[in-house]
Amino acid sequence: MSDSLGEGKLAVVPSPEDSSVDGDGADTASSPVYRVGTSPWRQRLEIALLAGPAVLMFAAFVIFPVVLAGYYGFFKWKGFGPPTDFVGLQNYVVIFQDSTFIDAVRHNFVIVILSLVLQGPAAVLLALLLNQKMRGRSIVRVLIFVPYVISEVIVGTGWSLMLQTNGAVNDVLIKIGLPDWTVDWLSDPQVAMATLMMIITWKYIGFAVILFLAGLQSIPEELFEAAAIDGASYWQTQRRITLPLLGPTIRIWAFLSIIGALQLFDLVYIIWGQYVAATAGTSTMATYMVVNGRNAANYGYGSAVAVVLFLISLVVALTYQRFVLRRDTEGALTEGKK
Amino acid sequence: MATTTAPPLSPTAPRPVAGRKRPSLSRAGWATYVIAWALVGLCIVPVLYIIIGGFRTNAEITVDPSGFPSTWQFVNYAEVLQSSIFWRQVLNSVICGLFTTLGVVVLGVAASFVLARYNFSGRAALYALFAAGLMFPMTVAITPLYIMIRGLGLSDSLAGIILPQIAFALPTTIIILVPFLRAIPKELEEAASIDGASRLGFFFRMVIPLSIPGVVTVGILAFIASWNSYLLPLFILNNENSYTLPLGVQAFASQYSVDTARVLAFTSLSMIPALLFFTIFERRIVGGLTGAVKG
Repeated sequence: MSDSLGEGKLAVVPSPEDSSVDGDGADTASSPVYRVGTSPWRQRLEIALLAGPAVLMFAAFVIFPVVLAGYYGFFKWKGFGPPTDFVGLQNYVVIFQDSTFIDAVRHNFVIVILSLVLQGPAAVLLALLLNQKMRGRSIVRVLIFVPYVISEVIVGTGWSLMLQTNGAVNDVLIKIGLPDWTVDWLSDPQVAMATLMMIITWKYIGFAVILFLAGLQSIPEELFEAAAIDGASYWQTQRRITLPLLGPTIRIWAFLSIIGALQLFDLVYIIWGQYVAATAGTSTMATYMVVNGRNAANYGYGSAVAVVLFLISLVVALTYQRFVLRRDTEGALTEGKK
Repeated sequence: MATTTAPPLSPTAPRPVAGRKRPSLSRAGWATYVIAWALVGLCIVPVLYIIIGGFRTNAEITVDPSGFPSTWQFVNYAEVLQSSIFWRQVLNSVICGLFTTLGVVVLGVAASFVLARYNFSGRAALYALFAAGLMFPMTVAITPLYIMIRGLGLSDSLAGIILPQIAFALPTTIIILVPFLRAIPKELEEAASIDGASRLGFFFRMVIPLSIPGVVTVGILAFIASWNSYLLPLFILNNENSYTLPLGVQAFASQYSVDTARVLAFTSLSMIPALLFFTIFERRIVGGLTGAVKG
C-alpha cells in the first residue's frame, strides 16, 4: 500500500497541467449514482464547505502577499502607515542599476548551474550503485538522508564553526599532511563560492539519490530481463534502459533544484550573515532582498526586489516546463486521450 | 515509447508488484560497499562532529579542533538542558509544528477530496493554482507577508508563524493527497452510496480512515518543515521568548560565540526531534518528499 502510494507522489509534482486532473483521471472521479442529495446545489455547497477553507488560506497568505508585493513595489515606503510616496518604476530602476544586485543574480545562476552539474551525475551514479543487493542498504539510505533532514540553521552553524581558519577542516588538512590546502574557506572571495557549493552539495545530494532510487525501483523488472537475454552488458543496460526511463525523475529533480537555487536564502544568510555575503561573493537575490528591504526598513524597495525575484523564477520555471517537462506530460496526456 | 516513459509521471499507476523483491537485482561487490560507506561517512561525520564537540571543553576545541574528547564532558549538555530559554524555545517549536500539521492535514484532506472525487468546472484550474504554489516558496511573499501579519497584530506571536505555514504547506499536501484519494476504488464509493451514505458520509466514514497513510506522510513533512523553518520566524519573531529553535540556535551561537562547546551542545539537542521523526517514518517520508524540496 505504502509503496504504490510512494509512486503516486513521485509522479505528481511537476506540472499544473498534469494528466491527473484533466486527463485519464476523469473516469475515476466521476461520481457514482447517489440516491440522496445529489442536487447540483448540494454538490456546490459540499465543494465550498470542503475546499473553501483551504482556498481562503491559500489566497490570503500566499497569493495576496505576492500581489501586495507588486503594489508596494511602486512606493518608497518605510513600512509605517499606508504607502503614499508613489515613485513609479523608480525602485526597479535602482535595482537594475545596483551592481550588488546584478552580482547577486549572477551568483544565483552560478549556484543553479553548479548544483545541477555537481549533484546530478554524482547522484545518478550513486543511485545506480545503491540499487543493488547489499547488506545494510536501508541503513545507508537513512544515513545519507540525514543532512537533508536537519535544518539549514544547524547545517550553517555547524559548518561555519568547522570552516573557520582555525577550525576543524583546516586542522584535519594539517593532520593528514596537506597544510598547503588550508584556506580561509568563508571570507576569501576566491574560495567562498566553492565552499557554499560544497555545503549545498553535502546537504542536498542525499535527496537526489533517494529520489533517483525511488525512480529506479519503478522501472519494470522485465525490461532488464529482456536486455539480459539479448546479451546487453551492464553499462549498455544502464545507458539504453535505465537512464531514459529515469529521465522523468531526473527532470523533476532538476526543476526542484533550479527553483531552490534561485530562492536560496537560509544557508547564505546564516553562514555569511548580512554584511559579509556580498563581499565574499555568495550573496543571492533573496539575501539582497532581506538586507536592503527589511533590515534597511525600505519595504517598498524590498517588495520590488521580491517582484523581480518572482519574475525571474517564473520565467525560468515556465521555460523549463515548456521545453523540458513537456516531454513527460505529453506522454501522459496522449495516453489519457485514447 | 511515450507510454513506457509515462508510468512514473502518471499518479494512479500502481508500482509493479515485482518491484518489491527484485530477484535479478545484481549483488553488490566490495567496491560498492566501500563507496556506499564512504558516502555515508561524508554525510555523517560533520553531524557527529557537532554532537561529539558538545562533549568537549572549549580549551580542547581551541587547541585541537578536530580531535575526540579526552574525557567526555556532560556539563555542556546539562547546562543547555537546565536552561529555561531552551525549553521555552522547544515548546514554541512544538506548538508551531503541531498546529501547522493539524491545520495542513484538516484543510488539505478536505480540499484534496474535492479535487480528487468531485466533478465540476474549474477543478483543473483549482488544482493548477495549488500546483503553481509549489514553484514559489515563501521567499517571494515574505516582505508583504510580514507587513500583513504585523497589520493583523500577530507579529511576535506563534499564530503569525502557524497561519502562513499552513497556507504554504497546502500545495505539497494537496499534490501528494489527490492521487492518493483518487486511488480509492470507485466501487467502495458506490457501495457506500447504495447503503445510503451521502458523499460527505462517504468522506467521513471511508475516505478519512483509508487515507491515514497519506495523511501521516504529509503530516510529518509539514511538521519537519515547520520545525526547521527559518525565514518566516526571522521576520515575525523579535523576542527571544517567542523564538522557535532555529532562531534560538542562531541567537545562542552569536551570544555565546566564545563558548563553542555549548553552542555545539545546543545545536545537537535542537536537531533530535527532526532526526527522530525522520528515522521512525523514513519509508513514508522518502515516498512523499518530492514536493517538499527546497534545493
